[in-house]
Amino acid sequence: MSTPILEVKGLKKYFPIYNGIFRHQTGAVLAVDGIDFSIPQGKVLGMVGESGCGKSTAARAAIRLIEPTEGSIHFMGRSLLDMNSKELKALRKDIQMVFQDPYASLNPRKTIFESIGEALLYHGIVSNRDEQYEHVTAVLHKVGLSSDTINRYPHEFSGGQQQRICIGRAIALKPKLIVCDEAVSALDVSIQAQILNLLMDLKESLNLSYLFISHNLAVIRHIADEVVVLYAGKIVESQETEKLFENPQHTYTKALLASVPQLR
Amino acid sequence: MQTPLLQVRNLSTKFQMGNEIWTIVDQINFDLYKGKTLAVVGESGCGKSMTALTLMGMLPQPPALQPTGTILYKEQNLLHLSEKEMRKIRGSNIAMIFQDPMSSLNPVFTIGDQLVEVAELHLNLFGDEAWQCAENALKAVGIANASQKLSAYPHQLSGGIKQRVMIAMALMCEPEILIADEPTTALDVTIQAQVLELFKTLQQERDLAILLITHDMGVVAEMAHEVMVMYTAQAIEKAQVKDLFDYPAHPYTLGLFQSLPSINNRKGPLLPIKGQVPSFRHIPSGCRFHPRCPFAMEKCRSGQVENFIINNQQNHTAKCWLHDQTEESLQKLPNLRLEP
Repeated sequence: MSTPILEVKGLKKYFPIYNGIFRHQTGAVLAVDGIDFSIPQGKVLGMVGESGCGKSTAARAAIRLIEPTEGSIHFMGRSLLDMNSKELKALRKDIQMVFQDPYASLNPRKTIFESIGEALLYHGIVSNRDEQYEHVTAVLHKVGLSSDTINRYPHEFSGGQQQRICIGRAIALKPKLIVCDEAVSALDVSIQAQILNLLMDLKESLNLSYLFISHNLAVIRHIADEVVVLYAGKIVESQETEKLFENPQHTYTKALLASVPQLR
Repeated sequence: MQTPLLQVRNLSTKFQMGNEIWTIVDQINFDLYKGKTLAVVGESGCGKSMTALTLMGMLPQPPALQPTGTILYKEQNLLHLSEKEMRKIRGSNIAMIFQDPMSSLNPVFTIGDQLVEVAELHLNLFGDEAWQCAENALKAVGIANASQKLSAYPHQLSGGIKQRVMIAMALMCEPEILIADEPTTALDVTIQAQVLELFKTLQQERDLAILLITHDMGVVAEMAHEVMVMYTAQAIEKAQVKDLFDYPAHPYTLGLFQSLPSINNRKGPLLPIKGQVPSFRHIPSGCRFHPRCPFAMEKCRSGQVENFIINNQQNHTAKCWLHDQTEESLQKLPNLRLEP
C-alpha cells in the first residue's frame, strides 16, 4: 500500500476560555477532540456534520493553517508539525484551499490575473510576466473561463464564475491536495452541478486528492470515495461512501440520513 | 372545487434603476387555498422573494414602482389598500417568515419583549395577558421551558430555536396565510427536518395556507401540494407536486432535476444546465430560456411563449413551445424525459 497523501492521527484543537479580571484560563472549547483520518492518493475524503461540529477547524488544523493542540500530521510521509515556517511555506503550494464564499475569498482590488498569478511568482513557478500571463491563461482555460476575462475584477463575475476563479487559483500551483471547505454550498443547483463536474474532471486530469467538507449529504455521496462523519469534535463514523449510505452504523449518521428531504 | 383564499392575477412588479426599468415579477398568476402549500422554486435572482414582498406590500420603494395586477383577498385588492389598512392585514391575516432568523430578530430586546409587542399591536393584549400569550405561542412551536426562553436574547439561542421563535411570532395572531421565504435554508438538515415537521402539524391544526419559497427540491417534495417554477421573473411551469416530479414539462425544470446529486445512488457526471441565468439587463427575446435550452427551436427565439396544458391536466401548465403539438415539437418531445 502506498503512503497516503495526508494522514492525521489524534488531532486535537482546543480553544481556551478566559475568565475573571485576570483573564485566567477557566476551560476550553473542544473544537476538535482527537480525530484520525487519512486520504489515499487520488481519492476524495468527504467530511460531513452539522454546523459547529468542528469540520472547518479540523480541516484547517489538519493542514496546519491553525496550530493544532495535539496530534500528528503526515503529508506524503513528512511530518507537518516538525517543519519550520520556511519549509512549511514551500509546502503550501502542494496544499491549496477553496472556501465557501467565493466573493469574500477574492481580493476585490486585484484583477483575476493578479489573484491567480501572485502565488505563481512567489513560489518561483514562473520567472517573468510573460510566462505568468501564459500560465494564468492556461489555468483559466482549464476551469472553463475565456482568456479575455483575465484583466477583470471579481465583482464583474457571477458567483459560479467566481468559484471557478477560486478553483483556478488553487490548481495554478499544481497542488497535490485541495481542501474544499463547503465549496459548492453557496451556489445554485445548476451552477453547483457545473462546479462538481469541474472538480471531478480536474481530479482525473491532474491526479488531485480532495478533502471535501460539506453539510450536503447528496453532494458528499456524489463526490466522495470515503466519508467521515463528525459530531461535536469527534469522528462518529468513518466508512466507504457506498457502505455508509447503504448501511449506516452510528445512530447519529442514521438520524442525519433520515432528516434529508427525499425527492420522492 | 374549493374557493381560493388569495387570488393573484397578472401580478407585475417593476424596478426603476436610473433610466432603466426592469420587470422583476412578470405576469404571475396563482391561488392559495386553505390547508394547502404552494411552493415557489427557482434559482437566486429569479424573483421568488420579490413576489412574496409584493404580496406583503413590503417592496423597497424606490427602486420598486407601484405593482400592477390584482391580489384578491377577502374581496379586496391588496394593491389598492393604503399603508394604514395594509398594516392591519400584514402580520394578523398574512404573516411572513424570513430566511435568516438571526437578522430578523432584534438583538437588543429579549424574545419576550418582541413577542409581547406583537400581542400589544395586533391582539390588544397587555401586561400579564400579553406575556401569557407569548408563552403559549412559544409552547405551540415546541419550545421547552418557554417561560425561561422569554427572557433570553436572540444570541443566546441556537439557529433552530430562533427560527421557531420567528414562526411563533408569525403565528401569534393566527393568520390565515403564511409566507415562508426560505425558512430552512440557514438550518442544518436535522433541524430542518424538525422545522418542516412543525410546519406540517401547524398547517393541519390551523388550516393554514402556506406560500413556501425555496430552492430545495427535497423540501418541495416533502411539503408542497402545488409547485410554481420561476425563471427570470416569469412562472414557467405550474403543477401539482406529483405531476411535476413525474413529468417535468419545461426543459428548465428538467435541468434543475438533472443538476441535483442524488442521495440514493451515485450517478455518473451530473447534467448541469449550460451557461448561467441572464441578468435583468440582458433578458433574451422570445423564450427567456432559449439560449440555454438543449431543445431550442426557431420559434423559441422571438415572440411571447404561450402557456400550454400538459397531459390534459388543467392545473399542469408550462410556458414552452415544445408542447404546441406541431410536428417539429412532437419529434423533440420524447427526449424531454427524466432519466431514472
